Amino acid sequence: MTDSALIITAASKLRGKAQVVDDVNLNVAAGERVALLGHNGAGKSTLMKMVLGLTSLSGGTITIDGASPGSAAARAATAFLPEAVSFHPAITGREQLTLFARLAGEGKPDITGLLGRVGLGDALDRRIGTYSKGMRQRLGLAQVLLGNPRVALLDEPTSGLDPISRQDLYAIIDELAARGTAVLIASHALTEVEARTDRIAILRNGVKVADDTLANLSRLAGLPIRFRIIAASGQADQIAEATGGTRINGVSVELLCDPDRKMQQLRRIADMGDTVADVEMTPPRLEDLYRHYAREGRV
Amino acid sequence: MIARTFAISQIELRILRRNLWLFMATLIMVLFALALTFAGSAPTGTLGVDMLTVSVASMTTLSVYLAPLLALMMSFDAIAGEVDRGSLPLLLSYPAGRGEILFGKFLAHLAALALAMGVGFGTAGALAALSGGAGGESLLALVRLIGTSVLLGAVFVLLGYLLSALAGSPAAAAGMAAGLWLVFVVLFDLGLLGAVVMDGGGVFTQQVFPWLMVANPADAFRVWNIAASDAVAMTSGMAGAANALPGWAAPVSLLIWPLIGFALARAAFRRVEP
Repeated sequence: MTDSALIITAASKLRGKAQVVDDVNLNVAAGERVALLGHNGAGKSTLMKMVLGLTSLSGGTITIDGASPGSAAARAATAFLPEAVSFHPAITGREQLTLFARLAGEGKPDITGLLGRVGLGDALDRRIGTYSKGMRQRLGLAQVLLGNPRVALLDEPTSGLDPISRQDLYAIIDELAARGTAVLIASHALTEVEARTDRIAILRNGVKVADDTLANLSRLAGLPIRFRIIAASGQADQIAEATGGTRINGVSVELLCDPDRKMQQLRRIADMGDTVADVEMTPPRLEDLYRHYAREGRV
Repeated sequence: MIARTFAISQIELRILRRNLWLFMATLIMVLFALALTFAGSAPTGTLGVDMLTVSVASMTTLSVYLAPLLALMMSFDAIAGEVDRGSLPLLLSYPAGRGEILFGKFLAHLAALALAMGVGFGTAGALAALSGGAGGESLLALVRLIGTSVLLGAVFVLLGYLLSALAGSPAAAAGMAAGLWLVFVVLFDLGLLGAVVMDGGGVFTQQVFPWLMVANPADAFRVWNIAASDAVAMTSGMAGAANALPGWAAPVSLLIWPLIGFALARAAFRRVEP
């Protein structure tokens, strides 16, 4: 046994002639939170379905806590939150969760407490047909918390959630990870994922193009740091000329600079004295990194 | 495993109750059974049988059409609906196997059908017995009618699952279910009838026709009910075909069909990629 709860080795999926997932390697250790990023159709959902055993592999292997995808042991060890989760509208939240608990062989879990945790305490005996999209998403999250999954697969978990609910969701994800669950999150919400995950993997056209911590990805990409210089009145053109930046409006100038030339650039700006009113510095964000790694033509 | 199957059955029964299917199916059965029993009570005197017998004969004809129809209407959505709603991937990520899920749904739908058939035919039978008399044989015929109707329903519930797994959408599944009903209940018999007329009493009519007929679960149901009761056979006028076969043929056909149906439905469900 390794300490990786989820091990994906050279996984491939062919649909017709299209290579939907191409030779992907990805491990998620117990207690680790990994974000899986990629455009629509990059293969994120397909990869999750392969882990769940809902879609067969054309090549490679996947093990979940030592078991093969789709086996009873693997399904017992996995929790899943599908994208746009949906339930039968005629049953209540409590009934739906009770069904899942019985299917998972969980005995008598604290359904009321669980639904309270995700903020559905008032709605637990209402039919799911009356729920909003966000409430259904939370019900979906509640079933992820059933039992003690070794691996949790969350497909776009924040879609349909308001900002406060998103915060709650990530708090719950942190708690899952703290309990030793390996969490894989497919997401478009880059800014959230940035702060809330340990590692980031990026898929492009079914190929894994990046898989590292945010700091390492940033270093490897060598993306420029963005300076924004706010000029004292009427000095913007002058500053733009002196620094080689671009004037973006009447008062500010934008300037890109390589990470290793950061201090040098700062000193130059400081030397300009009173013409500079203020300066802001932005390191590359995940959005820039994502754009960099997911760009066509890069491998 | 049994616990998981029952968990599915329980939730499916609850859904049938909430969307009023249970109530509507029972109501339809009661109304049709009552209407046929009292509209068809004329031949009692002529044939010298009690009214329950006539009622059972009428209700047998009714059930041939209605049991498959109700069964298909309950079941066509079972898999296609879950695919369409998007609830299937999550369900399949739990440790319940596809066979268990299918069997759980089947038990719920079967229970709903059994209730509708039992209450419908039971009410009509009781009223017929009260107003026109009943005997041991006609009571047995009524029990047989209810039991075989549930069996016939079971076959079509399972064939409904098969279509539901093969169809891409609930609408397609509904269309295929209507087609299946038409073939098994109407067109098959018309085809056989045509063949018999063309054959003109030859080898086909004597040897092949009865077996072909009984291979269809709807006809096997009819033959079983008629062959088992002389009185029912007399009132329905179908004794000839029923007597050409050994007594076990129809029961065996009707008992084997659910097994075939389940095997086919499960095989089709296994191939569904949500």
